[in-house]
Amino acid sequence: MLAGAVVIWVAVIGLSVFATKIRPGAYGEKAGLRLIVWGGCVFPVVVLTALLVWGLQMMPVLRAEANGPTIAVSAERFWWRVAYDVDGEPGVAKSLPEGGVPSANEIWLPAGLRSEFLIGSPDVIHSLWIPSIAGKMDAIPGRVNRLVVEPTKPGVYNGVCAEFCGDAHAQMALRVVVVSPEEYEAYVARQSQPASVGADDEGFRRFTENGCDACHTVRGTAATGKVGPDLTHLASRRTIAAGTLPMSPENLATFVGFTHRVKPGVQMPSYGMLSEDEIAAIAGWLETLK
Amino acid sequence: MAIGNKTRDNLWTLITAPTIWGVHFLLCYGSVAYGCAPNENIFQTIGGFRIFVGGLTVVALAGIGFVFMRALGEWRRNGGRIPHEEDSAEVRERFLEFSTVLLAGLSFIAVIYTALPAAMMVDCR
Ligand code: HEC
Ligand SMILES: [Cu+2]
Repeated sequence: MLAGAVVIWVAVIGLSVFATKIRPGAYGEKAGLRLIVWGGCVFPVVVLTALLVWGLQMMPVLRAEANGPTIAVSAERFWWRVAYDVDGEPGVAKSLPEGGVPSANEIWLPAGLRSEFLIGSPDVIHSLWIPSIAGKMDAIPGRVNRLVVEPTKPGVYNGVCAEFCGDAHAQMALRVVVVSPEEYEAYVARQSQPASVGADDEGFRRFTENGCDACHTVRGTAATGKVGPDLTHLASRRTIAAGTLPMSPENLATFVGFTHRVKPGVQMPSYGMLSEDEIAAIAGWLETLK
Repeated sequence: MAIGNKTRDNLWTLITAPTIWGVHFLLCYGSVAYGCAPNENIFQTIGGFRIFVGGLTVVALAGIGFVFMRALGEWRRNGGRIPHEEDSAEVRERFLEFSTVLLAGLSFIAVIYTALPAAMMVDCR
């Protein structure tokens, strides 16, 4: 790819230098005609045909069947709902399959396996793009798109929403963590566990008192809201609110107290009216949700 | 306007080749989409449709080839020469013939490009 770009760059710059410096001035009609026929017709047709054939024969391989996990990714304004190990349906479906191990805003993948994303959206068109791993795939309401990816190198990669979707579109990112298949299994097993929360936990009490549980689920507790991200293992993520802030107790407090200043347009109210102590208690508790 | 040619070129003869291209495009994509809908089985093969697209392509190319040869022949025989700048019925005719030749060439390549995926894809993926 880079080599091709370099060749084109050198050719274009070379031609412009040639035409302006080395041999300026007009060409005869014959030469001009020859340039059009060879440079403008024959050359592009040959090159494009070769590229088209090359690209086409690559396509079926790119879309081969997955041999790894199936992961549902729902792009919602302005975050990513994730469910691991869902039952993949073949072909085109209208909505994402239910179930699986819920998570959000961070996707783990096993290295060396072909994992399959099922991508959908409940609101507007988004697009899942993890540049180092795969091309873009749109998330379209009323339709499930499939994307098979085969990450080969363990590491943490960045992904973004690549289709303008509203106010906080630019803050709709995600982290993709590629690990060995064993680590992947262990991670999903951990994510499937409920949180251990004492009923008399101060932070949890404030959490329910202020209605956070209407929108957020913390498995193992009475909080079962489905509007926002599952918070059961919130603190195990690297970032808050779809890549907007690094994960830390201070940033959690900032996000809860100044939601719309941190990320304008999100469908979560700002809780600026709470006292600092109260927010700190909630943030401190959220931080324990490993 | 009798100018002593076999065909009198007009805008219809000019757009014949691109029209064949358009219809070919529509039928190629439409037929395979119809065959794969609702795309529940993405590994379903599309052999029949590939043959259909192949046949269609041969017909389309023959049609475009005919347009090309006719226009080129008439242009040559009547001493066509670019640029066609003169303000006369004769030159207008040459100009149309020449444009037809160019459009037919473009359509020819486009039809091949349209059909190439069917030559290389074996199933609904
Ligand atoms: C009206 C529904 C709603 C309520 C009520 C609500 N949230 Fe949210 N929350 C959301 C949504 C939607 C998001 C996703 C925002 C985004 O990134 O686009 C979110 C995101 C979050 C996040 C970041 C999650 C992540 O994966 O990074 C935290 C933490 C959070 N909320 C905590 C709270 C707390 C604490 C309360 C109560 C004080 C609360 N929320 C109340 C809807 C709500
Ligand atoms: Cu988006």
